[in-house]
Amino acid sequence: MTTALEALLRCVAVLVVFLTFPLVIGQTEHKVMAHMQGRLGPMYAGGFHGWAQLVADGVKFAQKEDIVPAGADRRIFQLAPAVALLPYLLVLIAIPVGPGGFVGQALDAGLFFVLAVMGIGVLGSLMAGWASANKFSLLGGVRSAAQLLAYELPMLLAAASVAMAAGTVSLTGILGAFHWWWVPWQIVGGFVFFTSGLAELQRPPFDMPVADSEIIFGAYTEYTGLRFALFLLSEYAGILVLCALTAVLFLGGWHGPLSADLGWLWTLLKTFALAFVVIWLRVTYPRLREDQLMRFAWTFLIPLALAQLALTGIVKVVIS
Amino acid sequence: MTAALAASLSSQGHSFLSPTGVEIVFVLVGLAVLGAAVLTVSTSQLVHAALWLVVALGGLAIEYLLLTAEFIAWVQVLIYLGSVVVLVLFGLMLTRAPIGRSPDADSGNRWVALGLAVVAAGTLVTLVVDAFRCTWMDLPASGSTSVNGSTQANGEVLFRYWVLPFEALSVLLLAALVGAIVLSRRHREEG
Repeated sequence: MTTALEALLRCVAVLVVFLTFPLVIGQTEHKVMAHMQGRLGPMYAGGFHGWAQLVADGVKFAQKEDIVPAGADRRIFQLAPAVALLPYLLVLIAIPVGPGGFVGQALDAGLFFVLAVMGIGVLGSLMAGWASANKFSLLGGVRSAAQLLAYELPMLLAAASVAMAAGTVSLTGILGAFHWWWVPWQIVGGFVFFTSGLAELQRPPFDMPVADSEIIFGAYTEYTGLRFALFLLSEYAGILVLCALTAVLFLGGWHGPLSADLGWLWTLLKTFALAFVVIWLRVTYPRLREDQLMRFAWTFLIPLALAQLALTGIVKVVIS
Repeated sequence: MTAALAASLSSQGHSFLSPTGVEIVFVLVGLAVLGAAVLTVSTSQLVHAALWLVVALGGLAIEYLLLTAEFIAWVQVLIYLGSVVVLVLFGLMLTRAPIGRSPDADSGNRWVALGLAVVAAGTLVTLVVDAFRCTWMDLPASGSTSVNGSTQANGEVLFRYWVLPFEALSVLLLAALVGAIVLSRRHREEG
């Protein structure tokens, strides 16, 4: 009975994190972008520092009419936001936050689970792009698929490098084997992982699938109201998952001074520092063109990931 | 190995008449997979067929999980759901994927196909049932590292006993990759 209760508590905790942290990241993005680009709008609502902007956004989305285009494939159109959002909820269960079982559910093949389930999210974009019966949406969907196929490989290779270094694919096991010198050793892999993760989330500068100056808003063009908000939420949940994973795999997760007591704080700090970098990249870099995007993945990231894999193998053989 | 076999033979208390919860769930998920698979081949909407394939393959991953083959289950999700189906949908969207029914998606060979499918399924089911008629595997308690189907158990078997087929397969895949590049290059020079 106690185990069932504990499992329930853990699931509720993961759900609470899933419902709040993406909103925190979204609010941070508003504020950081406002400061970096001198935008006045997000600083206005509610008085002090525009704290009520997020609430106002939520009210706005909830009030809008939920429209399904006449020519659309109704059921798939309505199902797509859920398919885009839910994988990130599942992934959060397996990410370790602190030492001593501070994790939703420690999985034997946690790394595989996380990467596999993250890959499902793109099905949501594809379904949305196809079911909208709109050529811009379809183009956006095709671009998402091409981008995912190109960037999945370097991401997996970079993750495989860490798994090789630790000798396990369990996320808690990887953190258990971590030493501080892994950070310089795996830094190239970390760069590849983080960059291809950004591309998989379709964040700028890899946001060709939603390029507003070319194809309006890609696969999400026809969405309004709460369903559109769910797509936005899935983007922020994706940022949370990607940053937490990068922190766990490449920056040592809970390791740091006083990690026995404050391990969870280290994980959170590293995650949100990376989330800040994600937002920073969005406001400073221009969008890559489609052919540049593909060339970057196939001729730059994949060779880098392979080189990292070779380096990991050599060091591993030398020290063992 | 013989000790495990002896242990499995000595524990004869198993019966299909009082199924455990896991077995009931296994059968239910299996029925869902079967239904999704039938819909995959019988629907006349192309993209719906691909999406039903997602349901069928995802259900298979759940079946693997119920059999404690955790590693295989995640690989199934990663390869089939994350890549193969995405590739299929990508191909459909690049060529033609009309919303609604495609009347030409119906094949005239549907009865022959049905007959072949039934024969193939019958052969496989007979084979598996005959081979493993009353074999019961005792699963170690979860948490110990030597669970059947864990990543460690899979890795040890794959790279100790099956390493030659594994390497042969990787050469085959490399050949396929090179072949694909060659085919696409020749096509571009002609065009």
